[in-house]
Amino acid sequence: MYHRYVVVALSRRKPNEGKELTKEEKQRLRKQKKHQKKQKERKNEKGPSETEKDKTPVSLLPPPQPVATQKAPSALPAPASAPIPVPASAPFHSSPAPSPADKPAKSKAELKAERRARQETDRAAKQPGSSSSGIKTKVPLSELNPVVKRLPEHVQVDDPAVVKRLAKKLERQQIPLRSDYGYKVSLFSHLHQYSRKAPLTQLLSIPSTVIHPSIVRLGLQYSQGIVAGSNARSVALLHAFKQVIRDYTTPPNEELSRDLVNKLKPYISFLNQCRPLSASMGNAIKYIKKEISNIPSQCKEEEAKTKLLTCIDRYIEEKIVLAAKAISKYAIEKISDGDVILVYGYSSLVNNILCEAFEKSRKFRVIVVDSRPRLEGREALRRLVQRGISCTYVLISALSYILPEVSKVFLGAHALLANGYVMSRVGTSQIALVARTYNVPVLVCCETYKFCERVQTDSFVSNELDDPDDLMVTRKGKTQLENWQDVSSLGLLNLVYDVTPPDFVDLVITDLGMIPCTSVPVVLRVKNLDQ
Amino acid sequence: MELQAVLMAAGGGSRMMDLTYNTPKPLLPVGNKPLIWYPLNLLERVGFEEVIVITTKEVQKMISTDPKVKLDVKMKLDLVCIQEDADMGTADALRHIQQKVKTDVLVVSCDLITDAALHEVVDLFRAHNATLSMLMSKAHEFTETVPGQKGKKKTGEQRDFVGVDGTGKRLLFMANEADLDEGVVIRKSIMRKHPRMHIKTGLVDAHLYCLKKSVVDFLADNKSISSIRGELVPYLVRKQFSKSTNSPKVIDETHQNLKKNDKIQISSRDEELLHLTQERSCWNDHRGDMSDAYHGGRLRCYVHIMDEGICYRVNTLAAYIEANRLAPKLFDEPAVHPSAVVSERCLIGADSIIGASCQISDKTSIKRSTIGVSTTVREKVKVTNSIIMHGVTIEEGCNIQGSVICSNAVIGRGADIKYCLVGSHSTAREHNSKIAPEKRLTECHRAEVNITYHYKSITYNNCHKVSK
Repeated sequence: MYHRYVVVALSRRKPNEGKELTKEEKQRLRKQKKHQKKQKERKNEKGPSETEKDKTPVSLLPPPQPVATQKAPSALPAPASAPIPVPASAPFHSSPAPSPADKPAKSKAELKAERRARQETDRAAKQPGSSSSGIKTKVPLSELNPVVKRLPEHVQVDDPAVVKRLAKKLERQQIPLRSDYGYKVSLFSHLHQYSRKAPLTQLLSIPSTVIHPSIVRLGLQYSQGIVAGSNARSVALLHAFKQVIRDYTTPPNEELSRDLVNKLKPYISFLNQCRPLSASMGNAIKYIKKEISNIPSQCKEEEAKTKLLTCIDRYIEEKIVLAAKAISKYAIEKISDGDVILVYGYSSLVNNILCEAFEKSRKFRVIVVDSRPRLEGREALRRLVQRGISCTYVLISALSYILPEVSKVFLGAHALLANGYVMSRVGTSQIALVARTYNVPVLVCCETYKFCERVQTDSFVSNELDDPDDLMVTRKGKTQLENWQDVSSLGLLNLVYDVTPPDFVDLVITDLGMIPCTSVPVVLRVKNLDQ
Repeated sequence: MELQAVLMAAGGGSRMMDLTYNTPKPLLPVGNKPLIWYPLNLLERVGFEEVIVITTKEVQKMISTDPKVKLDVKMKLDLVCIQEDADMGTADALRHIQQKVKTDVLVVSCDLITDAALHEVVDLFRAHNATLSMLMSKAHEFTETVPGQKGKKKTGEQRDFVGVDGTGKRLLFMANEADLDEGVVIRKSIMRKHPRMHIKTGLVDAHLYCLKKSVVDFLADNKSISSIRGELVPYLVRKQFSKSTNSPKVIDETHQNLKKNDKIQISSRDEELLHLTQERSCWNDHRGDMSDAYHGGRLRCYVHIMDEGICYRVNTLAAYIEANRLAPKLFDEPAVHPSAVVSERCLIGADSIIGASCQISDKTSIKRSTIGVSTTVREKVKVTNSIIMHGVTIEEGCNIQGSVICSNAVIGRGADIKYCLVGSHSTAREHNSKIAPEKRLTECHRAEVNITYHYKSITYNNCHKVSK
């Protein structure tokens, strides 16, 4: 059973879309027939057939619409494997099996494509006005392995059906629903916006019985910003999961491998409500769930628990601590004496690199660029100066004045997307852009566990909206924006992340080595092979 | 389990002996409910399912036997009795139940009446991994005249000096005027770490504390501390900034010593992870100096100061009267109990409460008052601004103003009582007896009184005991 969604970008594109797609459909059908013939010829060879299979999904994808709200299936030839989520990558490794299924699957695909086109025209006729209906095309390119990739619920907040579904799910898990706060700018009305003054804990009972206390504490620390930063959040999450696993007892007639995963689901929803999960946290959760489900059923509970705890420790040790050491080693090679290094905001990894380079007696100075409202650069500045590194501190508005002095830019990343885009704190893409203009090399440092299968080309589709009240500032006892809610034409927008295209990034330093931005999907594929 | 609730109900009510010599403080009626009902209701609303109640044998007997005092709380009450004459402070009581305490505790006093959002206090405790988190409120002036009090209230009562940091949440300094000799002395180490401190004096301590389990264990070892508010809290607040901040604190040492070997290993590995998290996180609780979050201190005390809302500690007569005025706002029950027999020709003001099984006769006027359970009010009685407790009989033609009539008292015909306090089981004689303002009638056991109008003195006939 597939669920197919059609993305409709803007209202004015609607009437044309049906026609475009039907034309596309015809083109696609023609191409399919050609490829079918080719595949029959090269049936026995694995490699070429794989590339063919690579190409067929590409041809089935609609041409990338240059509109913001389009997500995943924007066709890029090389990282075409990326839009297909992990389970679909399996077919690439088992080429003989799907090929006999090709023919019936393709004809199925043809029928489906036609049906979809008809559905699409019907829907276009029904809804003339709504600009963002938030439904998405999932082309049956997964002829090899039908995989459904739903849009996550946290980017469909303006769709009442999705919101209702989420509410029902939370009710089932006995977790309170956090309500949105304040007026949302229309371009970002599909995202959640919460207020820090209304924590989720006011709707929970105080000795929390539904949710483990360490998870409640973690959620509070996330929503108040006490634990911030991709690495810190992942480590804290894994620490909390360790407590949960330690306090867990298998109920009778249940298996640990299945029950523990079910126990973790409400906790993850709770944490998501407190603050949307980061990509690194998502990968960590995936890893834990896999480890839990891989526990053999005859394993005793104590043994299983210690096994899980050591797995978690090992994950942290390998992916975060040792990776940081490896990245520092590579990055230090790139720092030469007399360098002027520009960093933006606070990145634990970049700070680590700079401190280690300083210890290895490299002579350099640092320029810390900071931006409101988080002003994280102050903390970065403090830690660097504490070590003895000479620093300069500017706000991002002074960027173009200071760039002529800079020899290198080191940026941290929140996640690296499958099409080579870097998702990081808002302002990073601006820095990369200006640095490119001044021909200053931009190096992004990122551990591999932050690599994410998502594809994004803009910062609108999936982002995080922070508390808009953070933008209010009190100077000399006066807060100008105090009553911003009363002004109907005013909206405060506090974005957290933005996306930097790979053209602006010169090098990505990972624990696997120094790679160009476009090799990220290769790393992802290698990772999937390992797993 | 995350938190265990402990309710301290063994106090004597030493500041309102007129009321408490007969009825123990936890069972004093406020708005026709026993005083202990209010904190229990608060805990129940918030979601607690079990409470450990530390009380005396007398109270325990009364709670279990007296149907009038029946607490309609659905939580499981674990009553722990302590000897009345043992003179135990609150910290001693905590030490007494140390075996029952398995997790962090939330200590509440039985005389707290509040509608505070408890999650604010507990969130501070959780988010910052604090050792102590408490609730305070801006003090409100008591506007009602207190019966039996001569002259104006002395304002020189022991003030509390509370120092908080810029955010208003971190507790930096706490001292009582009684402990200070000449002036407020603040250590330099505190000023160096927190150069901006707000010192507040007009705050009421709600006596609601979230304490870590290690503090309870620490109390077990240090038997010299007997009061939470008087000794333990100032000690913890001072310890935040003591010189041994970098080395493990006294509390942490006892914490580790009590654990077994393997548990120490677990806690140390988890400590490493927590340390790693803090290291990688870009949050700091202060800025302007070179130190890490919390200045590297392991012990932290937090306070939540309520601006608005009701928060009273009923430990003086004035507070008791104020609480009776405000109690109806805290629960949604009808002002006039359905079982009360109220005749049609009486005037009952909107802010009065009539208890169960009362009999109010014709032509009475009851304004801003609380009438207790099973009270009989005869004709032509005027009751204004008063608190009438259970089982009182008020004969015809009385005029009661601004007074407190304790349980089972009898007010004779035509009595005119203004701003007085009539103790339990006492009788005020009939026939135009006037009790002058600011007098206190405290009788024990059915003495008869014939009052003559004599300012600042009371004459008694046939009384067995005289107090004040």
